[in-house]
Amino acid sequence: MIYLELFLMFLKLGAFTFGGGAAMMPFLEDEAVKNRGWLTSQEFVDFVAVSESTPGPFAVNIATYIGVEKAGFFGAVCATFGLVLPSFVIILLIARFYEKFKKNNLVKGAMKGLTPVSIGMVTAAVVSIGSVVFFPNGFSFDTFISYNFITSAIICGLMVFLCLKKLHPMLIVALSGTMGIGFGFLEKLLVKV
Amino acid sequence: MIPFMEREMAEKQNWIDKETLLDIVVVSESTPGPIAINAATFIGYKVAGFWGSFCATLGVVMPSFIIIYALSFFIDAVKGNTIVEYAFRGIRAGVLALVVKAMITLFKQCPKNAFAYVMIGLSFVAVAVLDLPVLAVIISGALIGIAAFFIGRGIEKKKEARNK
Repeated sequence: MIYLELFLMFLKLGAFTFGGGAAMMPFLEDEAVKNRGWLTSQEFVDFVAVSESTPGPFAVNIATYIGVEKAGFFGAVCATFGLVLPSFVIILLIARFYEKFKKNNLVKGAMKGLTPVSIGMVTAAVVSIGSVVFFPNGFSFDTFISYNFITSAIICGLMVFLCLKKLHPMLIVALSGTMGIGFGFLEKLLVKV
Repeated sequence: MIPFMEREMAEKQNWIDKETLLDIVVVSESTPGPIAINAATFIGYKVAGFWGSFCATLGVVMPSFIIIYALSFFIDAVKGNTIVEYAFRGIRAGVLALVVKAMITLFKQCPKNAFAYVMIGLSFVAVAVLDLPVLAVIISGALIGIAAFFIGRGIEKKKEARNK
């Protein structure tokens, strides 16, 4: 049943990912793209784009989005509920005795391993999103001089720079969308000429 | 979100002091799940018990849920439109930049030592190259971290014993 499956998938996501939104991407890609075939890699990147550019926590946004696209309103409810439930239960348990939690050696040790692992996984997400952006039709050496490759590199380079200047993600998405439209029409013009 | 929480909850409402807020951030980051949800549940509990955390969490989820729910119909309606296609081509490149930024931020927060570098490399290879299940990589990461922590402490204790 799709509702149960949405609930369980996001329950897993909520219970096992550490370090916030970007660290969830590889897990989500694994589950929704590779294991279930719910989305293509490109659709996945588009979903990430929408979820990053709307207000609120990224994970809640993408859970709602995948839920509604797969199974309408109740799909969105099941996905979001699944995502939130582990956090809610775990935090309620910890809130009662968090002085002990902070000093717990198992927690300290696990975080020692999980912090770098989440960096490794976000780097893997960079590679997989990068391949969708730069090589949408699979890898070949011709792609390096293609119009898409060059314009994507310009947009991405500029946006990394602006991100580091602390420009808001919503503006990053708006700006790169506008540039995409500009480059799209420019390409049309160039083909005509 | 953290500066916002500090202004609203520590300064305006006086619900919690700044030190408790810092604790909340640490706990929220070291428990699984979205950090904003963890923080909301925690603050809600501190201020008003179970129903406090219930209301706080619902409050964080609601706007996201409504906005995305409405937006999804709009996006489906304009899908296939040439301008929208062009925009998404650009946006995909922009999203890549956002993820690169997240990677840089996480890296800055991470302790810089040989163990961390090896773990970053191993987990990257496991996910990107070997295509291993992400869940297995996360669990192994936690277990290796725990093992390294206790081995590290054991070595320190031995050193101390020797110095005495």
